[in-house]
Amino acid sequence: MIDLRINGELKHVDAPANMPLLWVLRDLLGLTGTKFGCGIAQCGACTVHLDGNAVRSCVLPVGSIGNRAVTTIEGVGATPSGATVQKAWLVAEVVQCGYCQPGQIMSASALLRTNPHPTDADIDAAMAGNICRCGTYVRIRAAIKTAAQIATAHAKDTEGAVDV
Amino acid sequence: MSEPWTPRLPATRKMPVSRRDFLKVGVAAGGGLFLGFAIPSARGAKLGVAHDPAFSPNAFIRIARTGAVTLIMPQVEMGQGVYTSIAVILAEELDVRLATVTLEAAPPNDALYGNPALGFQVTGGSTSIRAFWMPLRRAGAGARAMLIAAAANDWKVDPAACGTAAGEVVHAASGRRLSYGSLVDRAARLKPPANPTLKTPKEFRMIGTVVPRLDTPDKVTGKALFGIDALPPGVKFATLMASPVLGGKVIRVDDAAARAIPGVRQIVVLDDLVAVVADHTWAAKQGLDALNIVWEDGPNAHVTTEEILEQLKAASERSGAVAKSVGDVAKELGGAERVEARYHVPFLAHAPMEPMNCTVHVRADGCEIWVGNQVITRAQATAAEITGLPKDKVIVHNHLLGGGFGRRLEVDGIAKSVRIAQKVDGPVKVIWTREEDIQKALYRPFYFDRFEASLAGGKITAWKHRIAGSSVLARWAPPAFVNGIDSDAVEVAVDLQYEVPNLHVEYVRQEPSGIQTCFWRGVGPTHNIFVTESFVDELAHKAGKDPVRFRRDQLGKAPRLLACLDLVASKAGWGQVLPKRAGRGVAVQYAFGSYLATVAEVEVDEHGEVYVRRCVCAVDCGIVVNPDTVVAQLEGGIIFGLTAALHSEITLAKGRVQQSNFNNYRMMRINEAPKIEVHLIPSVEAPGGIGEPGTAAAAPALANALFAATGVRLRKLPVDRHALAAGTAA
Repeated sequence: MIDLRINGELKHVDAPANMPLLWVLRDLLGLTGTKFGCGIAQCGACTVHLDGNAVRSCVLPVGSIGNRAVTTIEGVGATPSGATVQKAWLVAEVVQCGYCQPGQIMSASALLRTNPHPTDADIDAAMAGNICRCGTYVRIRAAIKTAAQIATAHAKDTEGAVDV
Repeated sequence: MSEPWTPRLPATRKMPVSRRDFLKVGVAAGGGLFLGFAIPSARGAKLGVAHDPAFSPNAFIRIARTGAVTLIMPQVEMGQGVYTSIAVILAEELDVRLATVTLEAAPPNDALYGNPALGFQVTGGSTSIRAFWMPLRRAGAGARAMLIAAAANDWKVDPAACGTAAGEVVHAASGRRLSYGSLVDRAARLKPPANPTLKTPKEFRMIGTVVPRLDTPDKVTGKALFGIDALPPGVKFATLMASPVLGGKVIRVDDAAARAIPGVRQIVVLDDLVAVVADHTWAAKQGLDALNIVWEDGPNAHVTTEEILEQLKAASERSGAVAKSVGDVAKELGGAERVEARYHVPFLAHAPMEPMNCTVHVRADGCEIWVGNQVITRAQATAAEITGLPKDKVIVHNHLLGGGFGRRLEVDGIAKSVRIAQKVDGPVKVIWTREEDIQKALYRPFYFDRFEASLAGGKITAWKHRIAGSSVLARWAPPAFVNGIDSDAVEVAVDLQYEVPNLHVEYVRQEPSGIQTCFWRGVGPTHNIFVTESFVDELAHKAGKDPVRFRRDQLGKAPRLLACLDLVASKAGWGQVLPKRAGRGVAVQYAFGSYLATVAEVEVDEHGEVYVRRCVCAVDCGIVVNPDTVVAQLEGGIIFGLTAALHSEITLAKGRVQQSNFNNYRMMRINEAPKIEVHLIPSVEAPGGIGEPGTAAAAPALANALFAATGVRLRKLPVDRHALAAGTAA
């Protein structure tokens, strides 16, 4: 048995240590929001967070995770950057077929967590590992900038706020 | 009696975006939209929304006594926004708020849900809005008229004195109102009107406005279910290896190592494929890798792309079936200024992000299928044929599609999965690896084109075009292949928008060995717009005229296209000076009922590497249901077309497809994506299709821009960097 912390919950899974996290999530835990696209870390559809950093779950052996926190698309809305990115994705109406978008959102939210005001070059560097066959790139770029604006506006709203 | 297909629906849910955030970023997106989204789910009936269809005036609308409105979607959602567009059209005429509707995928039924443009239940060819525009409006308006009649009867007033407002019938004179829900039993006893009065475009409240897509909230939270997400209770997981050569057979399988892998349950060996069934996909994949399969490759063992190209080239030298002939081309071509060119375009895979997959449970008394497919009645019929079951015993749960692009207009994967499932006790989910998805597929045809044309006074006087290639239609819809003509393969070529007095177009059917061909986004026009608009550019160059000017001068009979060209030239800054090795290219088209002009702007470095900086489109696609969807489809379509033009080619060696995954079947990524601007021309004409025009526009605009930047004319795809670097014609 392997213990995993996924979206804040402890899960025990009966899986071989070399089994990629992707299939543990999808086939053993029924968390199907994380998608299979290529199996060789070329497309990013399987992106999840390990301690907030984007990783490709299709090549991540489940036995290598240890006590690091796993966040998937089902749980990323509970993080500040994840919630903001999901909002921005709807505002910019990014999505077409939607299959790659969980991975796109995971990559974008990991980017914004460490870089709240990414430049175009930062966006290219962080997002070039995620393929979108529907070609939503123009809107992904816009949505990441929108997310940065939402986060900035939110920070200003709460700045100096006093809890009473 | 067969049980009607009942998708299980999640509860109504609020769009997870606060109005405040919408306003904050300055986007009028109608926050607070409530919607129920019917996702066929394998996760049990408890997710179901209870609806009692007290009033079902037609196949598309059900209204319960509670007033709950369910709209049935005859077309599948694969990213093109059609669920939202269809809902908008129905809700507009029915006069209900979109916020109150639930969407449900239609069950397989050609009679009720057949695509009026294609004769059966199919989503493709950019036909959804074109074909369903009037039937859906009539369905909505008819239901509304029945509800009005029911209320008017009750009130003993003239129905003409009554109106509706957001789900209620209103008698303005007396101020009385009745909700649709309270009228359903009385309305259900009335006869649907033969010719209900439709709204005039001026009365539209939703059509033509930006409506937030109904399918996206679940797609950003991971809740949306695609075919690959089906998990019926007790499901096992399988992956397969079909013969690497088309037509090959399994001779023997050594499965000892595979069986030793924990989690592997069963090895299914059929004559043309082997599948490993396991407790999870990883064990299945490990098991497949551990098999030692000996194949008999069969007659296609030595097929190569070079050989197929030679066959097509030879075919293009034969006379073909005449698809169109106007004037006297032979006589005119005898004149002075004559231009000849040959073009060819490669096989292409679709590579949707959701790899092929299908979950099947075959029992003695029935078969259940979970899949996302563009031809659901064919899926059902295929399973019935394989299992010997009557069609009504085959239940198909159609899902959201993680990309279609034509790949899911085929049922080959469903057939293989059903054959595998016949050997498995209980439900089995069969997943194609990406390698299997790319290598054992059907592909966009390889076409070879031959052109001859003559010029006089800066205009085209004669045009001869011969197209050689395989016929998708002859296989996919045999009755549509008439007199040796594949109407898809010659589309656009026979309908040139330029004023050409002498025009002759022929088609030569040449089926390649060892590879099957099928529709691919943009179908015939993706090929023909590339070759014809590239050749027109060659003629402009020969005539010594600016490419926009050359086209303008010959589009006198196509005012809508001319308007697109003028607008795009202006918006793109056509004629403004660009740096060395940068260039602009233009392409114009009338296809799928829409007019489109596109300008691409590129730069080329000394190594021949291409940077697409910007694409500008001007489109007239008639009445627009959702302008933002039109823009999105053009943006995405252009990226799809640029990807193919810059990177994509499926090749064969020893009968085997040589590309396998995204490392060698390359996709455009965000760092390569150009800026894209779309300009819509307002129109009151009938709606045109928009899912495919952008894809068809990309390659010719790009190739013409590359010519402007380098002087190198690209007559084959994908773009040849060596030719661009060397400055020689490809």
